[in-house]
Amino acid sequence: MTAKVQYTDVEVGTEIAARSYPVDRADLVKYAGASGDFNPIHWRERVARSVGLPDVIAHGMFTMAQGGRFVTDWVGDPGAVVDYGVRFSSPVVVPDEGGATLEISGKVEEKLDGGKVVVALTARSSDQKVLTRAKAVVQLA
Amino acid sequence: MALNRDFIGRSFPPSDPYEVSRVKIREFADAIGDQNPIYRDQEAAKAAGHPDVIAPPTFPIVVSLGGAGLADPELGLNYAMVVHGEQRFEYTRPLRAGDVVVCTSTITDIKSIGKNEKLVIVTEVATVEGEPICKSHNTIVERGA
Repeated sequence: MTAKVQYTDVEVGTEIAARSYPVDRADLVKYAGASGDFNPIHWRERVARSVGLPDVIAHGMFTMAQGGRFVTDWVGDPGAVVDYGVRFSSPVVVPDEGGATLEISGKVEEKLDGGKVVVALTARSSDQKVLTRAKAVVQLA
Repeated sequence: MALNRDFIGRSFPPSDPYEVSRVKIREFADAIGDQNPIYRDQEAAKAAGHPDVIAPPTFPIVVSLGGAGLADPELGLNYAMVVHGEQRFEYTRPLRAGDVVVCTSTITDIKSIGKNEKLVIVTEVATVEGEPICKSHNTIVERGA
C-alpha cells in the first residue's frame, strides 16, 4: 500500500479540505444498476411519496460511497482504508430539477499505533447532516 | 410490525461464489463518480502494491446486500418500509479483481426503537479458498407506520 499522506505529517485536528459532490437522478439510476439496489424510492417519485418520503432519496450507500471517495482522494490508495463506517441520519433528497449537493469535510480525529489514523467525516445536504458517526481508519505511509 | 426475534443469531447458508471482475469494479467506480486509476488501471494498481485493480471500500455491498434470508416471510420484514440505518466495512485486505468470494451472513440483533424495528446483519466476505477479506455490519430499519 502506498498512501500519499505521511503519518508524521498529520496531527489530531488536521483538516481535510471540504468538497462538494453534485447528485442528480441519473447518478441514482447508475448507482442502482451498478449496486443492484433497485428500490424505487431511489428513482420513482410516486413510490417515494407513497411511503412518506418528501421526494426521491439517494441510496444511503451512494452517499457513503461519496464519503469514501473523499477519504480515498486524500490518501491516494483506496487500499489504505481498513475500516469505514457511517450512520445514515437523514436522507439526501434529490429533486428532479436541480438535484442535490453533498458537502463533505473531514478531520483527523485520532492517531493510532502502526501508522493508522481515524478520519471523522461530516456530510451535509441542504444544511442537514446526512451522515453521523462517519469514521474511516486509514493506514498512512 | 414486530420482527420475529427467533431470527436473532440465525446464520444463513453461504452465498453462491461471486467472481469480482475488472469490468464490474470499473462500472461501480463510474457509478460513484470516482476516477481513481487504482480502480481502473492494472499498472496503477501494481504501482500501489496491489496484484490487480482493487474495488472501492463500499463495493462489497454489491455482494452482501441483504441476502435471501431477509426475504423469509417468517421474519416479517416489510421491504417497502426499510431504510438503511448504519453500515460499516472492516477490512482484512482490499477486495480485488479476480477474487471469487462467498458471503456468510448472521442476524446479530433485532430490537425496537420507538415505532421502528432495527435489524443488524453481519456478513463475512471471504475468498472461496477461505481467506477473509472483510466484514460488513449492516443495520436496516423498518419504519413503523
